[in-house]
Amino acid sequence: METIILFAPLVGAILAGFGWKIIGETAAQWLTTGLLFLSCILSWIVFINFDGVTHTVEIFRYIESGSLSTSWSIRLDRLTAIMLIVVTSVSAFVHLYSFGYMAHDPAFKDGESYKPRFFAYLSLFTFAMLMLVTSDNLVQMFFGWEGVGLASYLLIGFYYRKPSAGAAAMKAFVVNRVGDFGFSLAMFALFFLTDSIAFGDVFVATPELAQTKLNFLWGEWTATEVIAILLFIGAMGKSAQLFLHTWLPDAMEGPTPVSALIHAATMVTAGVFLVCRMSPVMEFAPHATAFITVLGALTAFVAATIGLVQTDIKRVIAYSTMSQLGYMFVAAGVGVYSAAMFHLLTHAFFKALLFLCAGSVIHAMHHEQDMRNYGGLRKKIPFTFWTMILGTLAITGVGIPMTEIGFAGFLSKDAIIESAWAGGSSFGFWMLVIAAAFTAFYSWRLIFLTFFGAPRGDKHAHDHAHESPTVMLVPLGVLSLGAIFAGMLWYGNFFGHADEVGKFYGIPVAEASAHGETAGAHEETAAAAHGETATATHGETTTEAPAAEAGTHHVTFAGEPGQGALYISPDNHVLDIAHTAPAWVKVSPFIAMLSGLLVAIWFYLVSPSLPKKLAESQRPLYLFLLNKWYFDEIYDAVLVKPALALGRLLWKRGDGNIIDGFLNGVALGIIPFFTRLAGRAQSGYIFTYVFWMVLGMAALVTWMTIGGGAH
Amino acid sequence: MDNLLSIITFVPALAALILAVFLRGDDAAAQRNAKWVALFATTVTFLISIALYTEFDPSNTGFQFVEEGKWLMGMKYKMGVDGISILFVLLTTFIMPLTILASWNVTDRVKEYMIAFLLLETLMLGVFMALDLVLFYLFFEGGLIPMFLIIGIWGGPNRIYASFKFFLYTFLGSVLMLVAMVAMYADAGTTDIEVLLTHEFSSTGFTLLGMHVMGGMQTILFLAFFASFAVKMPMWPVHTWLPDAHVQAPTAASVLLAAIMLKMGGYGFLRFSLPMFPVGSEVMATFVMWMSAIAIVYTSFVALVQEDMKKLIAYSSVAHMGFVTMGLFAANQQGVDGAIFQMLSHGFISAALFLCVGVIYDRMHTRDIAAYGGLVNRMPAYALVFMFFTMGNIGLPGTSGFIGEFLTLIGTFQVNTWVTAVAATGVIWSAAYGLWLYRRVVFGDLIKESLKTIKDMDAREKWIFAPLVAMTLLLGFYPSVVTDIISPSTTALVQHFDTAVAAAEAATQTASN
Repeated sequence: METIILFAPLVGAILAGFGWKIIGETAAQWLTTGLLFLSCILSWIVFINFDGVTHTVEIFRYIESGSLSTSWSIRLDRLTAIMLIVVTSVSAFVHLYSFGYMAHDPAFKDGESYKPRFFAYLSLFTFAMLMLVTSDNLVQMFFGWEGVGLASYLLIGFYYRKPSAGAAAMKAFVVNRVGDFGFSLAMFALFFLTDSIAFGDVFVATPELAQTKLNFLWGEWTATEVIAILLFIGAMGKSAQLFLHTWLPDAMEGPTPVSALIHAATMVTAGVFLVCRMSPVMEFAPHATAFITVLGALTAFVAATIGLVQTDIKRVIAYSTMSQLGYMFVAAGVGVYSAAMFHLLTHAFFKALLFLCAGSVIHAMHHEQDMRNYGGLRKKIPFTFWTMILGTLAITGVGIPMTEIGFAGFLSKDAIIESAWAGGSSFGFWMLVIAAAFTAFYSWRLIFLTFFGAPRGDKHAHDHAHESPTVMLVPLGVLSLGAIFAGMLWYGNFFGHADEVGKFYGIPVAEASAHGETAGAHEETAAAAHGETATATHGETTTEAPAAEAGTHHVTFAGEPGQGALYISPDNHVLDIAHTAPAWVKVSPFIAMLSGLLVAIWFYLVSPSLPKKLAESQRPLYLFLLNKWYFDEIYDAVLVKPALALGRLLWKRGDGNIIDGFLNGVALGIIPFFTRLAGRAQSGYIFTYVFWMVLGMAALVTWMTIGGGAH
Repeated sequence: MDNLLSIITFVPALAALILAVFLRGDDAAAQRNAKWVALFATTVTFLISIALYTEFDPSNTGFQFVEEGKWLMGMKYKMGVDGISILFVLLTTFIMPLTILASWNVTDRVKEYMIAFLLLETLMLGVFMALDLVLFYLFFEGGLIPMFLIIGIWGGPNRIYASFKFFLYTFLGSVLMLVAMVAMYADAGTTDIEVLLTHEFSSTGFTLLGMHVMGGMQTILFLAFFASFAVKMPMWPVHTWLPDAHVQAPTAASVLLAAIMLKMGGYGFLRFSLPMFPVGSEVMATFVMWMSAIAIVYTSFVALVQEDMKKLIAYSSVAHMGFVTMGLFAANQQGVDGAIFQMLSHGFISAALFLCVGVIYDRMHTRDIAAYGGLVNRMPAYALVFMFFTMGNIGLPGTSGFIGEFLTLIGTFQVNTWVTAVAATGVIWSAAYGLWLYRRVVFGDLIKESLKTIKDMDAREKWIFAPLVAMTLLLGFYPSVVTDIISPSTTALVQHFDTAVAAAEAATQTASN
């Protein structure tokens, strides 16, 4: 069954991509979509029936060289199962949505056939993504990793006539390659140390790796730390973390369904998935995970600040995605991988929903993307409006504080913020709380600018604004259900008590009484642990923390690396501490959300002239944010231009003056000498050379013959 | 068949002879006949060589299909293939019919052109099969003659300069190799490569002109061969002949140059340097690996700023050959396997890229990147093929390009992490220059007037690319098809190398105690 899930999209991609002339455009679209729904249904069956026991399906041999032996195979565990439903569900509905969205694309001339190509790319992407998540070794994962990069490249550059699309596609690929460089080195290091790059072998070896010193570049390091950092560099590229994030906003050049599928719900979360998948390595790398936490928190914050002032509807959501990915990394960094996966899952639903809603708005407004030209669309496209409200409620984290009732984002985001606190990262905690306020502000700003107020911009576009066709609205409806219920439905599995989470992921748990802690001492110890850990990391400092709440079952994770889908060190009690976080911690994201909402109401509903005034009075800050902290400009000046200058220097000076200059000098000495020898018989250079070579060979042969009486 | 190798080698030469003797005139019919004879001969050669593949026994690491006989003037004629060379033979026979097809529109002196290509095939095949030093040298150097002629007669406007440079480099290298061969003969008393492979050349250090030579005689011999092979590869900094040669060469000659002739250097390292002078190789290994890493970065940056498509791809070839030399001198299983894999993969991918340039050069008669843009609008099939091979060139997993880079890097990591880290940045640079080229040529709107009537690939052109696409994918998804053949031989090579180096070290230690 897993094999069908994996290959159905590939079959669809090939048939639609190469066979559409035979089967027809419409058939090609139906075929890919149908196969995707097949994958989707089977994925849900697998997810629901999954018993927690990891098993592997081998397909055929891949790279084999000496002790290096890999194969194409499927590893099915809980992480895979989660990713299967995320990828296939979103992909299936994005396929369906694209029927409507791509029906009449003004970027193409009449009679040009672009739809089968689009659907083929979407299916190809899905296949690559499934390869990534089902892999049982790093190199197959890397295949998927780069495969999704290829699909992303093709889809960002889908409107090939637009120069900006071509540039964005290339940028995405090249920036991702920087991350892949780290990923590759991590693979090489793991093979060097463990003689294998299969997850099973690597995981089992991690306790040993934590004790191993690795000579890498200029120093000697703990092996797990190096590998964790290198893997995270890979994750930074794919998941658009700070410094390697510049491609993601530009990637919005692609058609909107692509943004929803690839640049919001699935591909960009691959980095988070990688960190969770490699949890055994991460658990033995306290410094690396501390770095992940800090960088994730910074990303969440920086992206949110940029999102505050963007005017392109898709770019706002893109920065929002980047910010939310930062949240997931914080969760993974502090060691609550299940919370990271939780947010990954819920985010996939509500962010895909938001993008598809944005697509519906763009569709209604004749491909206008600037929010300054929207306004008052509430009545024109009510269904889109209401579903987008649901998505916004989910992303901003609306729910009833201190309970488990709320929209998907409420539960998963709060889980992360509580984990950040419990993990002792006060920097992470505060960054995320501030980012939560910003998230609420820019999300509601988007809603108010788009759907409320008076219509702005092109009157014609507003007059003809119309609700999208049913094929586009059905996905919105389905994803809304996810945005509402996904959090409440799976809260226990992802962020419940250790035994619940352990059962879900197939991690063995043990009675915590072994630690000899009493429930009564809990509150204090947790608080104390929190105080101490402000600057340190979870693994070292939470050892003494008790693992349960008064009156509940005392359990702690007791799996060995490689058992179950995640490895959580027995010393890692962040999950339990998070559950006993004080009320102010649990309420703070809610308050942040409310404040963001209120400011947005004030700015965009109550006194709409205020934002403009503020932007004028704080012009430097405004420009700083509007220009995305000048990352692109800095990179261009520091990296791109010098690289081209260096290239020219090496070419003209290095190759031209030095190397050729030197050889020409030699040649000027030698050639006249030869030509004198050759006499006047020469009739052009070439024949001279040939003559000389033949002469050389003749000399050799003669020498051999005369002196070669040896045999 | 006892003389399968000779048949494979000399069928093209026989066809060339037939053309030379029996084909008269230069009218359209004669031209057509010349092309068909060449295509037929190269295809037959390929079909026969498949028998080589099916009959080959990978588990036997020795030479197979060995032929031995007396030759003129007391020299020996000895041919044979092992796991290291057989796939190069197949690569050559596979590529040849495609180059003939790619030359279908040649109108100038067609008969002579085809004769030159057929002779070249014989000589190239001989290089990979020869088991005698003299024979090897004849094929190795002889192959340059038809290539000179092809560039010199059918080349671009600046062909004299290019061939001059080509000559100067290769000649200097070859002279040293020739001297080394003489020295080897003097030392071992035989020119039989099979015997030489088991002969131990002295590795005792000595002092020459006041400098201590580690590895002694082996290092000197190594360096002499290195001079020749490094130029052939070509390695930085003796690579500058290649871009010029490519630019002036006709498409089909570029294809052969990139796909086959560059591999002779790598093959030379595998056949001579590593097994015959293991201690010398070990002494020089770090140096060579650093040269390779520098080559990868250096030529990638140069490729980034090229304005001529062929030059860009030529520089990219040098970078890819950097992975080969790096992997070879890591001298472990993954490194050597990867190097061979990379050479084969580059044989398909670079050939295809030069053919890609050829396709639009045939239409527009310029290789200037700035002259193109927006080709996807009128040439979707071409855009797809070019995209595919661009991705192969930048080592996308699923294409053969990835496996070669991956294995060479993973092999080198075990020896030197710095070199690996520098070389691995190549994956970033290759994406940058590869995709930038693609973007400038294929993406964008079709604005230039001259391109408004350009036609997509015809059936002939598609048929040239189809086998290359198939091979790139096959090797990319199922690399065992190659590693099953080469691994036993490379294992033996690496073991032999390690034993020899360990023995030499032990000897040095005993001496110093």
